[in-house]
Amino acid sequence: MAITKKLKTVKIKQNHLLGIQDLSYSEISHILDEAKTFIKLNKSSSKKVDLLRGKTQINLFFEPSTRTQSSFELAGKRLGADVMSMNIINSAIKKGETLIDTAMTLNAMHPDIIVIRHQDSGAPNLLSQKVNCAVINAGDGRREHPTQALLDALTIINRKGKVQGLKIAICGDILHSRVARSNIYLMNMLGAEINVVAPKTLLPHSIERLGVKAYTDMKKGLDNCDIVMMLRLQHERMQGSFVPSPREYYEYFGLTHDKLKLAKKDALIMHPGPMNRGVEIDTNLADDINRSVIREQVELGVAVRMACLKIFCKKI
Amino acid sequence: MKEKYLINARIVDPKNKMDEKGGLIIDEKGQIKAVGKKVNSLNIPNDVEKIDLKDQILLPGLVDMRVFVGEPGFEYKENFRTLSNAALSGGVTSVVSMPNTSPVIDNVSMVDFLKRRGRDKSKINIFPAASLTKNTNGEQMTEFGLLKRKGIAAFTDGIKTIQNPQLMSRIMNFASQSNSLIMQHAEDNILSKGGLINDGEISTRLGLQGIPYLAEKIIVERDLAFLEDYFCRYHISQVSSKKTIDVIRKAKKEGKIFTAGVSINNLSLNENDIGDFKTFLKLSPPLRTENDRISLIEGINDGSIDVIVSDHKPEDEESKRLTFAKAATGAAGVETLLPLALELFHNNSIKLEKLIASMTSNPAKILDIDKGSLDIGNDADLCLLDINKPWVVKQNELRSKSKNTPIENRKLQGQIIKTFIKGEIVFNRS
Repeated sequence: MAITKKLKTVKIKQNHLLGIQDLSYSEISHILDEAKTFIKLNKSSSKKVDLLRGKTQINLFFEPSTRTQSSFELAGKRLGADVMSMNIINSAIKKGETLIDTAMTLNAMHPDIIVIRHQDSGAPNLLSQKVNCAVINAGDGRREHPTQALLDALTIINRKGKVQGLKIAICGDILHSRVARSNIYLMNMLGAEINVVAPKTLLPHSIERLGVKAYTDMKKGLDNCDIVMMLRLQHERMQGSFVPSPREYYEYFGLTHDKLKLAKKDALIMHPGPMNRGVEIDTNLADDINRSVIREQVELGVAVRMACLKIFCKKI
Repeated sequence: MKEKYLINARIVDPKNKMDEKGGLIIDEKGQIKAVGKKVNSLNIPNDVEKIDLKDQILLPGLVDMRVFVGEPGFEYKENFRTLSNAALSGGVTSVVSMPNTSPVIDNVSMVDFLKRRGRDKSKINIFPAASLTKNTNGEQMTEFGLLKRKGIAAFTDGIKTIQNPQLMSRIMNFASQSNSLIMQHAEDNILSKGGLINDGEISTRLGLQGIPYLAEKIIVERDLAFLEDYFCRYHISQVSSKKTIDVIRKAKKEGKIFTAGVSINNLSLNENDIGDFKTFLKLSPPLRTENDRISLIEGINDGSIDVIVSDHKPEDEESKRLTFAKAATGAAGVETLLPLALELFHNNSIKLEKLIASMTSNPAKILDIDKGSLDIGNDADLCLLDINKPWVVKQNELRSKSKNTPIENRKLQGQIIKTFIKGEIVFNRS
């Protein structure tokens, strides 16, 4: 992707970051350009700037999260914002308060930005209608996880120089995955060719309509791919039996050295984490520093979130 | 009450195959004394009340087979008075009320309560449905015979389906003894578990779990298989998908006797209308694809589907102002049933006579009640329609206590001007 100075003048239309679907190509380029400027900062000894000094960021996580929540927290702090992470387990939500009421309560404290993760698809959209600060979606149900897709794109660009023209395989539990959906929208927009590979029971209805080719055979789906993106088998979102056993799943859909041979020689392995080692990915492959960019994804995640916080915080 | 002469109308009465310029005489008891072209301004006696209908359309009052009242238990969503006002403004003069109240309408004493409340607080005719099973638990059947004798018009678990096939077969077997009408909400619980909208591209995009059409189809197929061995008066409350229509069409062709309904929502909207998580369009059965919608229209036209219902399910703001997954299911619609249905007439999808029959004579026939037609001797339950009047649906103008209309800001053509019950004008649009 061409990253030029010209694109930096792009204005983002949306007040909130609810999903990749709402963004245009130039808006995405703008976010990724911003993120690039933070990569270096995050590696330096003094990691703090005061771009968001005096701003308040609230992290509202209704689902347990380690990496996304800490990544957003760190991103906010490095930009100089006052960051508060709500502990939902002890909050009024557990006492039956609705999302709207929680939103109104928090809104009264004048935050500048709310980062929300929720188990229900569309929850950030609902929240954004009721508060007068920016809302950033940190994952809603099965719908979107925009910052994950953005950091995936940044990781690919960092390694491959561009996304356009690459062949990307997204493998595993597509049905329950918001990461898959956001990545499909984003990589499509950036000009990649996308295969999704999953057992039929984990492929959502009409997935081809999102602009992908669907495969149920890893050998065909990985053929000649530049990027192999593995997804976690999401036990917590599964009702009933989708696959017979982790063993059977690993046999046919787990990423192993043998299956990886079908992809390009320099194909990169990605995973949004947390990994189920030995279920969707061979443990040695996950740690292979020549192939796996899983740790780099986490590293660049902070930079992407800093860019998103900076851009959307100033919007309202 | 003086005799009333309604003159200068276009009389449309599908049951009697009448569509002609004429009038209608209401006798002192509020019953229809004469109807048709013979009633005109030339033969009116002096001592009667004369009402000039100015060439508007006079119809039998509509019969809506699927309406939820909030009484008892959910009075804050809808009560008999607000339901009655809403219904009358839409030309609906008779409704079948669903038993999903708190407590559930599953015993004789509840029927007395309903009839008393209905009589005291509402002007429309309430035909209460009782549940098929105690507390709609799907375990123990209710007293069909005793309840029917008390005046229960039909039996249904309303928003629930009888899942247990053995129980369903016994219900159908036993109900035939009292000639009770069984109405099934067709949805397999396990296939639809966790589902929120139609299983398809939209559910994939919105990240909402889908409800496959199969959840509906296999219950219909199962029940129709039972019907061969355990014949009873059987009605499928609402059909939503093409595949189910195919099953129904085939079964009717083979001579099986049963009836089916469709919600006006499924006839007029599709899954795309859900847009950005609009909870007012979270419905059961769910809105499906445009192809499904078109097949439902075909179903009306070829007789596979007999009735159109409003599936009026008032929900208060607090029940809808939630995430899509947590929001209540259902939409208010009794007062927009006819105007919305008229869209299908105006866009040449369904002929007027067919459309009106599906909301008057057909439901009356299924329910076995003297409503939905202009038969001489029937109560003069009528409505007067300006079929071309353009108007826009506005939440805050709805008479229903809950404002959860799925068609806010929709531009409609056709509006009720007057509604009569037993010959009295009970609604008059100013």
